[in-house]
Amino acid sequence: MVKLTIDGRECRAEEEKTILEVASENGIHIPTLCYHEEVSPYGACRLCMVEVTRKGRKRLVASCLYPVAEGLVVRTETPEVNNIRRTVIELLLARCPDSEVVQEMAHDLGVDKPIFSLEEDNHKCILCALCTRVCQEVVGVSAITLVNRGVDRQMATPFYDFSEVCIGCGSCSFVCPTRAISFEDVGDTRVITMPHVTMEFKLKKCSKCGKYWAPERQLEYIAKTAGIAPEAFDICPDCRD
Amino acid sequence: MERLSSPAELEKARKSIVSKRDAKKPCITVCSGTGCHAFGCEKVSTAFQNEIKRLGLEEKVDVRTTGCHGFCERGPLVVIRPRDIFYQRVSADDAAEIISETVLKNNVIDRLLYADPNTGKKIVHEHEVPFYAGQKRLVFGNNGYIDPSSIEDYLAVGGYAALGKVLSGIKPEAVIEEIKKSGLRGRGGGGFPTGIKWESCRNAPSPDGVRYIICNADEGDPGAYMDRSLLEGNPHSVLEGMLIGAYAIGGHEGYVYVRHEYPLAVKNVRLAIKQAEEYGLLGKNILGSGFDFSIRINRGGGAFICGESSALMASLEGKVGEPRAKYIHTVEKGLWEKPTTLNNVETWANVPLIINHGADWYTKTGTANSKGTKIFSLVGKVNNTGLVEVPMGITLKEIIYDIGGGIPGGKKFKAVQTGGPSGGVIPDSLINLPVDFDELTKSGSMMGSGGMIVMDEDNCMVDIAKYFIGFLEGESCGKCVPCREGLKRMREILDGISEGRGKEGDIDLLERLSTTLTDGALCALGSTAPNPVLSTIRYFRDEYEAHIKEKRCPAGVCKELITYQIIKEKCPGCGLCIKSCPAEAITSGGKKQPVILDQEKCIKCGACYDVCKLGAVKVS
Repeated sequence: MVKLTIDGRECRAEEEKTILEVASENGIHIPTLCYHEEVSPYGACRLCMVEVTRKGRKRLVASCLYPVAEGLVVRTETPEVNNIRRTVIELLLARCPDSEVVQEMAHDLGVDKPIFSLEEDNHKCILCALCTRVCQEVVGVSAITLVNRGVDRQMATPFYDFSEVCIGCGSCSFVCPTRAISFEDVGDTRVITMPHVTMEFKLKKCSKCGKYWAPERQLEYIAKTAGIAPEAFDICPDCRD
Repeated sequence: MERLSSPAELEKARKSIVSKRDAKKPCITVCSGTGCHAFGCEKVSTAFQNEIKRLGLEEKVDVRTTGCHGFCERGPLVVIRPRDIFYQRVSADDAAEIISETVLKNNVIDRLLYADPNTGKKIVHEHEVPFYAGQKRLVFGNNGYIDPSSIEDYLAVGGYAALGKVLSGIKPEAVIEEIKKSGLRGRGGGGFPTGIKWESCRNAPSPDGVRYIICNADEGDPGAYMDRSLLEGNPHSVLEGMLIGAYAIGGHEGYVYVRHEYPLAVKNVRLAIKQAEEYGLLGKNILGSGFDFSIRINRGGGAFICGESSALMASLEGKVGEPRAKYIHTVEKGLWEKPTTLNNVETWANVPLIINHGADWYTKTGTANSKGTKIFSLVGKVNNTGLVEVPMGITLKEIIYDIGGGIPGGKKFKAVQTGGPSGGVIPDSLINLPVDFDELTKSGSMMGSGGMIVMDEDNCMVDIAKYFIGFLEGESCGKCVPCREGLKRMREILDGISEGRGKEGDIDLLERLSTTLTDGALCALGSTAPNPVLSTIRYFRDEYEAHIKEKRCPAGVCKELITYQIIKEKCPGCGLCIKSCPAEAITSGGKKQPVILDQEKCIKCGACYDVCKLGAVKVS
């Protein structure tokens, strides 16, 4: 355990934890868009920047990546930190003007009017890579990735086409902070809409109640990885004893 | 060649090589650096070889194709050693005459000598050419003497002596101490003290004892090619540095991460590795000391960002070359999460020098906190372009005027851009600035990897900032928001200013975006990217204001803000501009009458301005 100070409050924390985790445990809010506790931290949105002082040296760091240390002094709001957050949200607001989440966060950070020309066609995607990280690290299939470099970067499936390895689980949509990926079950089909591709998945019908309850590909994947007989999924969870 | 099994055997082998060579025997060295290759040096060396064969002089005259000599502006370069006679712009047709006159009769061929552009004086010897006279070529000097494909050449000039010395019983800790004492700082851009890096890496815990050594040869700054020339021209010096580093930190595996665009460097390093392995200088039980070290080459795929250490390591691991935060340093967890020491080509090449001559000798060159020399690629609006190696602390003025020969065409010096695209622009008023890590940083620029682009009065500073921001925008990996979105917005604002759409508040907004990048970007590409903007605003704010407020480009560069006009009194109607105009905007005004320029049709390409020798075209 180490002792550190966040916004004047003394906190105790396990050594491997990051500032963001410890702040959250202590009820101190730090804004972020690319962090999720289920996946490895990435440090892309830069909204969680904080000021740290260690051994007399002051610097600005991404709190989602910076490990806590004994004697660390953290300030989550300083003029420099606020300038970064404000400018970042201004940039994201111009990139994804239709995203309600970005709009709200901009409002919270005191940004009401976009100062840069608004972009079209970004479909609310801020390129935080939460979808690709969850797909790789949690689901384990890597059906989507980030392609191209710099301003041309996009979240995509291979060749912007139906991803052959995608199991249609919808974790990407679940984790997406700006609702850039959505999914909907219509009849016997699940439709996942991503910024540059829409994919359809056949749903499995419960042999008891007749309800369509999960994508067939997902059930096959689970059966295979967990070593369960595929027949185990003939019946939906609601109809099981 | 039998493997050398001890440092003593290495010295014996060296003596044997040197004893077979006659120091007085004439040797025609032909520069085969990339610049001279472009000038056709291969034909020149072939012509020499053929002529020597024809005259049966094989035993009396040597021809050696060497690495880059640095004075690329005047290539192909030929130096007749040991007399040090320097010929420039040599063609294959000159070969026979050089052999018959200079080599056999000791006569100097006047037309091939270098003439000082300022005095017109012809100069015979290489070391007297002002371009070379002002340099201190400790690291780069051997390039002009050795054939990079010959390990014997490297051994003949004392190669691998530093390795032999280290393996003769110097403790790794003592090697690190010597490097620390030398004050050597990373030549790739960061300027981090090399010895401290090595020490941290050696002391970092590694449960399985694995520690990696990396040579960063992913040189990508526009206009910079010193690492390329070192690798191409003296690859063994880099390998020797890596070997010493590996011994010091306790590493056994090394990588040279080199740009795919550097095929000659790859070829020469590959050959050097093979030769060193054959000699027992690489591989298992090096020089019988029990120390093992192997080196592999990895070619980069063409991303500028892969020069950043964490992105480079990601790329080496087979992942997308994107940087990560280095709150846990790469010396602790680098390549494959193992302690890793990464230094750039030039840094590694400094190491054997320090070990051979000692830290006390090394620290005699340089300034308080920047020791040794630095290789710069001196390019742009300067008479003598090429690679120069100078002692730290030399002034910009000495580099640009004494070595570089000043500004061509009698133009006025305006600024020099140092440190690559993320560096800054240093104005005329700071021409006496001593060049070292700290002074360059204080001036708002940086040492970077050593690019030095000279600009004259015809360069527009808004245009310069726009160019570099555009470059970095294209090379940003796109991972973090400030860099990906911020650079794009900065470029848009700069586009607006240069196209006459600049507005009040643009400079403030550029500065605010710059601060966001400096403070908030994930890696050094992003955090240093605003330097071209910040430094041009700092020193040339009036130029920005002229663009924004008066819609005027004082340097006459930004197309939307300028017009070309014919000065009637100066135009004799020769019609040269009519032929050069791609838009057919210029028509004849009659015999011996000034030409007529149609502003509606003019695309402002400047072809007429460039072609007119009478100064009859003006930009306003």
